Amino acid sequence: MILAAVWDRRTLPETLGAAARLADALDGAVALVSLGDADAAADAGRYGASRVFLVEGELAASGAESTIAALADLVRDVSARAVLLPGDDRTAEIAPRLAERLGGTAVTQTIGVDVAAGRPLWTRAAYGGKALATVTAAAEPVVATLRRGVFAPAEPTGDDVSIERRATPETDGAVELLAREAPPAAASLEDAKVIVSGGAGIGAGEGFRQLEELAGLLGGAVGASLAAVDAGWASTDRQVGLTGKVVSPDVYFALGISGASQHLAGIGGAKAVVAVNTDAEAPIFAAAQLGVVMDCHTFVRSMIEQLRSPP
Amino acid sequence: MRAVVLLKEILDWELPASKFRVDETAKQAADGIAPMLLGPFEQHSLELALQLKDAGVVENVTALLAGPAGSVNGLRKALALRCDEAVHVVTDGVDGADPSQTAELLVAALKRLGPVDLVLAGRQAGDWDHGQVGYLVAERLGRPCVGLVFRAERDGDRLRVWRVAPGGVEQLAVRPPAVLTVTSDAGLQLRMGSVMDRMAANKKPITTWTVDELGLAPERLAAARRLELERVWVPEVERRCEVIDGDDPAEAVRTVLARLEELKLLSRSA
Repeated sequence: MILAAVWDRRTLPETLGAAARLADALDGAVALVSLGDADAAADAGRYGASRVFLVEGELAASGAESTIAALADLVRDVSARAVLLPGDDRTAEIAPRLAERLGGTAVTQTIGVDVAAGRPLWTRAAYGGKALATVTAAAEPVVATLRRGVFAPAEPTGDDVSIERRATPETDGAVELLAREAPPAAASLEDAKVIVSGGAGIGAGEGFRQLEELAGLLGGAVGASLAAVDAGWASTDRQVGLTGKVVSPDVYFALGISGASQHLAGIGGAKAVVAVNTDAEAPIFAAAQLGVVMDCHTFVRSMIEQLRSPP
Repeated sequence: MRAVVLLKEILDWELPASKFRVDETAKQAADGIAPMLLGPFEQHSLELALQLKDAGVVENVTALLAGPAGSVNGLRKALALRCDEAVHVVTDGVDGADPSQTAELLVAALKRLGPVDLVLAGRQAGDWDHGQVGYLVAERLGRPCVGLVFRAERDGDRLRVWRVAPGGVEQLAVRPPAVLTVTSDAGLQLRMGSVMDRMAANKKPITTWTVDELGLAPERLAAARRLELERVWVPEVERRCEVIDGDDPAEAVRTVLARLEELKLLSRSA
């Protein structure tokens, strides 16, 4: 059995798509567990899961503890050889801890999987995206996180499957959720069709305020490079890159971003990258479809003017 | 409280992709293409530990570095920033690409250090980018753990931590002894330290432990192995950039918008 786990509907098709291909190659079936989201569980049968579980209750109240316990129980119950999780800030913690609790192997931020001699062969980035590596796991089960926007999604062609409900396991209370600070009504980077992202070239002050305005005009979201986050110009949840959000918009505007490989590792899923930078040698141009060598502030101001008054 | 910061030196992560090369036989970055430095998340972890010491939450900060013989620059830096102790676990003969082996080594070292209330690890080392060691250490020590933390304060007999989560920022309370992994934040830029402290650091002792001294037999380390590296290579960059003249800003923007509309990636009807 291959167990796919999701927290919401958005990640359901790609997680089940990867699970189905792995299950085909290993001659197995796919089970899905939704951690708290009833909608995702309701859709899972149509997207190819043959068994569907829904864990109900206050999963997040204990940090990752209850979630890891719930997943470990399920992996044992369905005898899963592999667990697939969407790669994000939550599963960065859950995957290694779950694998360790099961005596298995975690493989993080994978971008591909093949099966060779009956064993999954995983592809993932290394050295901040400058290299790729293939790895196999010495111990099963494998707990793999899937980089978002890379795996082909499953199609909704299956039949509904009845949902098996499970309660949130108790924990020892060593970790307790006190508060959540949602980012102020900012569009989610993972879902945005257009992202305007600022880097070191944007600078302090007006720069990011203008990006907000531009993003508003384009119906998109504002992103930032690690350099801009480290400088304090943008909040941590805006960071795009290997250690931030991995995004797959239609258009990614890289404004004053030089294109460190760890940043490029986060934008490989974009249909088009538009790079604007004063440095014609900046590595961002190698990753872009459209490049303009000019000051990014001038570009942003001019774009705002033109979008405000369409031709 | 005693805090231990887990450190590692990695290949300079700002080395541009054009200068990066892989030794496909050794299955790692080619030797000598860039200096080895304390990784960015290790620096943030160290800064968080030092901030907790400044705030009186932690009395002792111990820097624990796993790395090949002679790789002590990171530990000298930690001592110069007033870490109280520095321990070097020599990893010669250990597969640095396998997070489980690294965790095995660090757990043995942590146990030898005696009572430790807080372990801080970077969210991932910027070479293999596995992002596993801190979590594996937490599980093997049986300690509670919070990942991707960027701020911590005392909260009664617990720690209040701020961490990055998919929906924004979460505040959690965690009861020590505990393990935190640390992410990037503007508030965690590693301090500079004074010249005097740097000179004094050269005279401070660094404790060195070998794998043997930690009681780790080769069979036990081999049994800890989880990830087998099959192949490492540098991917070809396929995309070709269409350069648009930027001399006339308004014209450049018009061209970009028109090209994106042609590609049906952007619509200005709204």
